[in-house]
Amino acid sequence: MPPIAAPSAERIDCDIHPGVPGIKALLPYMNTYWADAFVQRGMDGFDMASYPPGAPIACRPDWRPPVGKPGTNLAQLQSAALDAFGARFAICNPLYGGQVAVSETMAAAICSALNDWIAAEWLARDPRLRASIVVPAQAPHLAAEEIERLAPDRRFVQILLPAGADMLYGKSYYWPIFAAAEKHNLPIGIHAGTMYRHAPTSNGWPSFYLHDYVAGSQIFEDQLLSIISEGTLVKFPTLRFVLLESGVTWLPGFIWRAIKTWRGVRAEVPWVKRSPAAYIRDHFRLTMQPFDAPNDAAIVAQILDEIGSDDMLLYATDWPHWQFDGNQPIPAGFSPALLRKITVDNPLATYPRLTA
Amino acid sequence: MSRHVVAAAAEVPPGGRKLVMVRGRPIAVFNLDGAFFGLLNRCPHQGGSLCEGLLTSAVTADAPGEYRMSRHGEIIRCPWHGWEFDIRTGQSWCEPDRIAARQYPVEVQSGADLVRGPYIAETIPVSVEADYIVVEM
Repeated sequence: MPPIAAPSAERIDCDIHPGVPGIKALLPYMNTYWADAFVQRGMDGFDMASYPPGAPIACRPDWRPPVGKPGTNLAQLQSAALDAFGARFAICNPLYGGQVAVSETMAAAICSALNDWIAAEWLARDPRLRASIVVPAQAPHLAAEEIERLAPDRRFVQILLPAGADMLYGKSYYWPIFAAAEKHNLPIGIHAGTMYRHAPTSNGWPSFYLHDYVAGSQIFEDQLLSIISEGTLVKFPTLRFVLLESGVTWLPGFIWRAIKTWRGVRAEVPWVKRSPAAYIRDHFRLTMQPFDAPNDAAIVAQILDEIGSDDMLLYATDWPHWQFDGNQPIPAGFSPALLRKITVDNPLATYPRLTA
Repeated sequence: MSRHVVAAAAEVPPGGRKLVMVRGRPIAVFNLDGAFFGLLNRCPHQGGSLCEGLLTSAVTADAPGEYRMSRHGEIIRCPWHGWEFDIRTGQSWCEPDRIAARQYPVEVQSGADLVRGPYIAETIPVSVEADYIVVEM
């Protein structure tokens, strides 16, 4: 089957992953205490357990650099992602240990250095690149400070959180992050992966990667339900969330189940005044790699119809993660008008800083 | 449309309800502080008996964690799946414009008025001294 969507320089890639070579790369962006502490204490290897650098998912074979970790080479990112698929903008979502470290202050130090490193060594070197602000969700007050520090830099277009955290994101514990996000009109990107000190399933630790990765979408379901049922979107009515690398096709059945149950028990959450589907369609977006559907245009079209909104999907390659082979990141089944929406219009509407 | 005498008014005091049959259809009759309302006793979801549901209040909130109760006794919850219906309108709480329990007009009339007819009282003997619940169908 020929590609139905040709590369286009107008596209906006909403999920790419520059890699951090190691803690040494971040030391110049730390204060003297932390720059010294990481060396003195011999600490490195803050790569996320969700995407171990050597794991197949972490890098498509033909994108694996000859030396170094996946995604660490700017020239390769430019040729293999930005040029190959076409990109007006691409949003960098670095995944690194600061977002999950146990120590709140160390986490904040790594996140802060990572943000400055991304700005200096990636954003400054290619005008197509934008980035998410990485924050320590472990310490919402420190996360809010980091958002305040970086919000003036308009190249930061989103706040990045891991899908699995210490608590469900609907808890008021996280309100400082959401208040800062709403204040600066920054969407919250929730990316696949967890802190790996809490079981990634609600029923304990799985034994195999198969289970771990497939069950990842269940974490997104829990966060979605938490954010809706706890009234986060009532407290922060302009807040928007982007589910990154969440998969897509689980959504229709989930929406149906959420509506069905809400109709029966909505009195326990009376602040949820509208159907969960309405909150999902208005406040949540999903990147479309992985999409998780067979290569069948009719099936894809049916799923899109069941999702019930043309505004929700955002084009993404998830580079360099290995979600697809070849040169076609978009499954068959999207109409030309919908292709235009997911590759251009929806990203622009989701990330107002791309144009302002 | 004809008038059907279904019960003596005294049988359904304020806050009460009664299941009656009119032309073969089950009708749940409710008395809200003296005003009578009738709903087809089949939940539009899957047919549960609304008359057997929990009579409750409107639960609303303007912010997370803040509960407000109002309209005491005016909301019926289907005993099967908990869907809420406004007894005054038949509208469902969650999809008022799309999902509703069918309503039938109900009023109280005196026996003296009724005997001037026309009315249908299949099982209820009407006397001029009492008041009666009348369903229009």
